[in-house]
Amino acid sequence: MKSNVVRLTPHEEPNVVNSEESPDAVPSATAEKEPVENAVPSTTRTAALWRARGAALALNIFLPALTFFVVGAIWSYIHTHVATEIPSPAATWVKAKELLAHPFYENGPNDMGIGWQILYSLGRVLGGFALAAIVGIPLGFVMGMSENFQKAVQPLIQILRPVSPLAWLPIGLLLFKAVNPSAIFVIFITSIWPMIMNTAAGVKAIPKDYMNVAAVLRLGKLEITRKILLPATLPHVITGMRLSLSIAWMVIVAAEMLTGGIGIGFYVWDEWNNLNVPSIIVAIFIIGIVGILLESLMSLVHRYFDYSR
Amino acid sequence: MSSYLSIEHVGITFKTQNGPFRALDDISLKINKGEYVTMIGHSGCGKSTVLNIVAGLLQATEGVVLLDNKEVNAPGPDRAVVFQNHSLLPWLTVYENVRLGVDKVFARSKSKAERDEWTKHNLQLVHMEHAMDKRPGEISGGMKQRVGIARALAMEPKVLLMDEPFGALDALTRAHLQDSVMEIQSKLGNTVIMITHDVDEAVLLSDRIVMLTNGPSATIGEILTVDLPRPRNRLALAENPHYHHLRGQVLEFLYHRQLRPAA
Repeated sequence: MKSNVVRLTPHEEPNVVNSEESPDAVPSATAEKEPVENAVPSTTRTAALWRARGAALALNIFLPALTFFVVGAIWSYIHTHVATEIPSPAATWVKAKELLAHPFYENGPNDMGIGWQILYSLGRVLGGFALAAIVGIPLGFVMGMSENFQKAVQPLIQILRPVSPLAWLPIGLLLFKAVNPSAIFVIFITSIWPMIMNTAAGVKAIPKDYMNVAAVLRLGKLEITRKILLPATLPHVITGMRLSLSIAWMVIVAAEMLTGGIGIGFYVWDEWNNLNVPSIIVAIFIIGIVGILLESLMSLVHRYFDYSR
Repeated sequence: MSSYLSIEHVGITFKTQNGPFRALDDISLKINKGEYVTMIGHSGCGKSTVLNIVAGLLQATEGVVLLDNKEVNAPGPDRAVVFQNHSLLPWLTVYENVRLGVDKVFARSKSKAERDEWTKHNLQLVHMEHAMDKRPGEISGGMKQRVGIARALAMEPKVLLMDEPFGALDALTRAHLQDSVMEIQSKLGNTVIMITHDVDEAVLLSDRIVMLTNGPSATIGEILTVDLPRPRNRLALAENPHYHHLRGQVLEFLYHRQLRPAA
């Protein structure tokens, strides 16, 4: 283990130095290539370039396709030889086309399209997530700024953080006497810890120099908060939000299985009770794809606020 | 004669886990208006601590710092600091970094248009007007330090404090910045205290060089007046015997009388 760490660092460091500090390193690298490239006529050179790009693209498509194919083969094998209750990939594909043909149909409150199920779940996630941001981010700020407050709340947070958010569902049901707010409450609990911890860490990570600049400029408390604390902490806050959102999307499926109603989690459970397994597998894929979309959305936001870029 | 900036019997003791640590002892120094003073000494001797006390970022345990006959006990823009690692705010553009200080200092005395012009004027002084809209992450280390200097100058400080401003730069960039600082100094005639560990830089830029003894309990060992005529040219000075004599005196102090046993 240790030797790995030792070997990695010297490999990485020269790369960083090369790209940022010494421009000399770059020309020397291209100088080696140039004679070779000049020796070839330019038309063949662009052709070679396109071929290289095409090959890279083919690999990017071919390798994931290979994985899907292998998994599909195992899946088919399970369908034919292990558990015939598991539908074949082909049957699942037929079901997927059927479900996605009318994602937003409505046949009364107990029979709605899969698009609605996803939207209801997303709504609960965003509700709990927003509430957690409203409470957690200011709390994290105070924790980062006040040593005493941190001392006061740290032990409680350490105890509660590792608890599965679902354990809070009965408390939510008792408090709100309704399932929808309880599910939102579970997402709130899920999302709040990463937000508190990352915001507090962000405030602590503010370089002392920024505070010295603020002192020399004689910025007031409010100005320090607005002009230094908030922007300096923002990247950390967004990291916390990003973590929260991806966990919240996982937790909502389990929470809805318990609470019922409209939502992708209960949809999966309901289809299980009807022994409608193809729908469950389609739902699994859709949940995954929505998760990717949420993650890339947060990653975009994160990139936008990354000042070092 | 009363001087512009007066450091009187300043000492500082830090509380550490291993008991009190006496960093500086009985530092007294008088600096005239428009004078360029550098402090030189081995690393760890407490040069930056002196600067931080003058800046008001640290409180002296005893003694007093007087600027223009007023006691200094808190940081303020009349003692603008150029930090060693530039300390630009990375979420602001070059212009906004300078403008932040300008807005604060001239909130009442200058109109919006005047503040805009003054910000640009100071960026021109350090030859950075072309990168106004760039973020610190997009410019080189030398450029960042130029912006740091512009930010400090734009506050029109009574004393400009520079804490090893070129320490993190390569030799050529450093020479460029030293020339820029001399050019600006000849135009504006600022009062400057600069911390350095570079003997050539000290002799090239200073009117006086303050040499600190090794810590703990560091104090002023010797003060050397650099009577080389200005404007100074680094190429001409390379042939100048008096320059070499002055340089030799600083080296003699640092490496003969104050050699660190385990440097």
